[in-house]
Amino acid sequence: MNLLRRNRSLAITIAALLVLFAIFIAIHPRGFSVYVLTIWFNQGTLLGLAAIAQFFVVLVRGVDLSVGPIVALTNVAASYLLIGSPGGIALGIVAVLVLGAICGLANGVAVVYGRVPPIVTTLASGSIFSGLALLLRPTPGGGIDENLSDALTYDIYGVPASAILLIVVLLALTISLRFSLLGLTMYAIGSSEQSASMTGVRVGRVKLAAYGMSGIFSALTGLYVSMVTLTGDPAIGPAYTLNSIAAVVLGGVALTGGVGSPLGAVAGALILKTISSLMFFSGLPPLAQPFFEGLVLAVAISLGALGVFRIRNRLELFQ
Amino acid sequence: MSNPVPTSAVHRPRPGFVDRIGISVLLLAAGCVVLVLGGAVIYPGFLSPGYILQQLQIASFLGVIATGAMLVILLGEIDLSVPWTITGTAIVVTTLAGSNNPAIADLALPLGLATGAAIGFVNGLGVALFRVPAMVWTLAVNAMLLGAAVFYTGGFKPQGAVPWLATYAALGHTFGVPNAFLLWLIVGAMTLWLLHRTTYGTYLYAMGNSQRALFLAGARVRTITVCTFVLAGILSSLGAILLTGYTDQAYQGMGDPYLLPVIAAVVIGGTSILGGSGSYVGTFVGAVFITLLSSILAVMQMSDAARQIIFGATILAMLLAYRSSEKSAGT
Repeated sequence: MNLLRRNRSLAITIAALLVLFAIFIAIHPRGFSVYVLTIWFNQGTLLGLAAIAQFFVVLVRGVDLSVGPIVALTNVAASYLLIGSPGGIALGIVAVLVLGAICGLANGVAVVYGRVPPIVTTLASGSIFSGLALLLRPTPGGGIDENLSDALTYDIYGVPASAILLIVVLLALTISLRFSLLGLTMYAIGSSEQSASMTGVRVGRVKLAAYGMSGIFSALTGLYVSMVTLTGDPAIGPAYTLNSIAAVVLGGVALTGGVGSPLGAVAGALILKTISSLMFFSGLPPLAQPFFEGLVLAVAISLGALGVFRIRNRLELFQ
Repeated sequence: MSNPVPTSAVHRPRPGFVDRIGISVLLLAAGCVVLVLGGAVIYPGFLSPGYILQQLQIASFLGVIATGAMLVILLGEIDLSVPWTITGTAIVVTTLAGSNNPAIADLALPLGLATGAAIGFVNGLGVALFRVPAMVWTLAVNAMLLGAAVFYTGGFKPQGAVPWLATYAALGHTFGVPNAFLLWLIVGAMTLWLLHRTTYGTYLYAMGNSQRALFLAGARVRTITVCTFVLAGILSSLGAILLTGYTDQAYQGMGDPYLLPVIAAVVIGGTSILGGSGSYVGTFVGAVFITLLSSILAVMQMSDAARQIIFGATILAMLLAYRSSEKSAGT
């Protein structure tokens, strides 16, 4: 019970997700089946990994508008590298992850040592990354090893492979953020950079690590996009940037830093995906769906902000 | 009977030229000169007055929209709903102007500006009342506007007519100077007056520095926020009307290419993205610089990919240069 009280907002998010999922299954024409579950998890994993990428930067009081461009760049790189011999593919995966890490670290260097605010840094670097993606592959194309794709996008004895992937990633991240020095210092910096610095935390290095992690998770998203679509597409970026920010906010990660968990970010991503799937099956005219998606997003964010009406002294709003 | 304290008692050295104008504006202006001269090497027509005036005309669209974005950024917030505010306004204006009823057609421009004001009002309400972070709220508003536009037009190019006044403002010339540029100068003069001669302007800068302090000082923080977003919406719509006149049509996604340049023009002009500091002159030169840069990349027939890379790299390099110059100046 104590655990529940401490994680109240996370509990609400997950409850909302379960309700939405139940409605989704109820109105889905094919009902509950391994197939439906697998598709749902595959879609959720795409945005979930991007949300984790966004989470790391938001945790240390930043925001990353280059998540989408890095996803596009790594997706395009994967479409060149993930084909051929098993050894070559393994090397290719490592190369793509390194590419993502370099992109993330470049953002980090500009923010930490160049002292350019994160939002502007990543806006400008995002333009560079999507330009590079476009340079590598002006039109969608290329190929991905199909055996690998099949292994990661179908189910294993009735359990979607993407679900296993997501759960393993979440477990590893939650444990390492809660119990490692690096993880705890990231939370500390997000809460108060000054206090963290006074305590002896090497703020610059930890922030750099957070941006690097963000780059790696953007690259993982790019890899998983390749698994699902089997091509490299330089134009997939923008949706990931915007939805990853919406996902972390829905998942209770504070944009002011220091609050939230990877589990929350992924739950937010799954909620967003479920809402758009619900729209698809809801019988609304297709042309009206984008509007309602936006409306639901706005309402969901406002619900999270209803706490402001419980505040007795308006001074508390301005921290 | 208290005597007025002599204000000149504290001797302060007069700020030098560089301090008053700001290093960013000087660097930017130098950048503009380099761009024009560099362009003249590739294409001699660059130095002709006609070409420069044409660039100023194109810069006006960006400049008017960036003015609104600057007000919001000074506040310490950001408006990401600019793209579909532009497209939405363009659709409203062309649809109304294409109406068979002349009374409705005459109202096209005022209602277009009202569209921007309404969008700004919604933006401001979410940020001021619900205290949703502006970045997320304006993103959601942008998504709703996109949805509404798609629903209304069915995803096709919207039909209608362009009001003659919009065409005249965007394409006409007065004494050889493009009307769009004159309009931008008027908007700029009004903005300078608003920022430096009114209480609102003082509040705007104060709020960007510390909302908490301004609230404690008794200012109506929520009203200021809503007013600023409404102003920004109106300016985005004004820019959209100019764009509609310039391209002689409204089309889906016409505002999409403007989000990055608008924010870039404001921040490379030296306005802090965190709010509270920045000069309008900076935004003005920033808009001209961005326009010149994209024009030269277009003349050099760069691919879209190379353009994006150079564009991003230039912005990043400028911001890094400002920061390192500040550091060496010891501030």
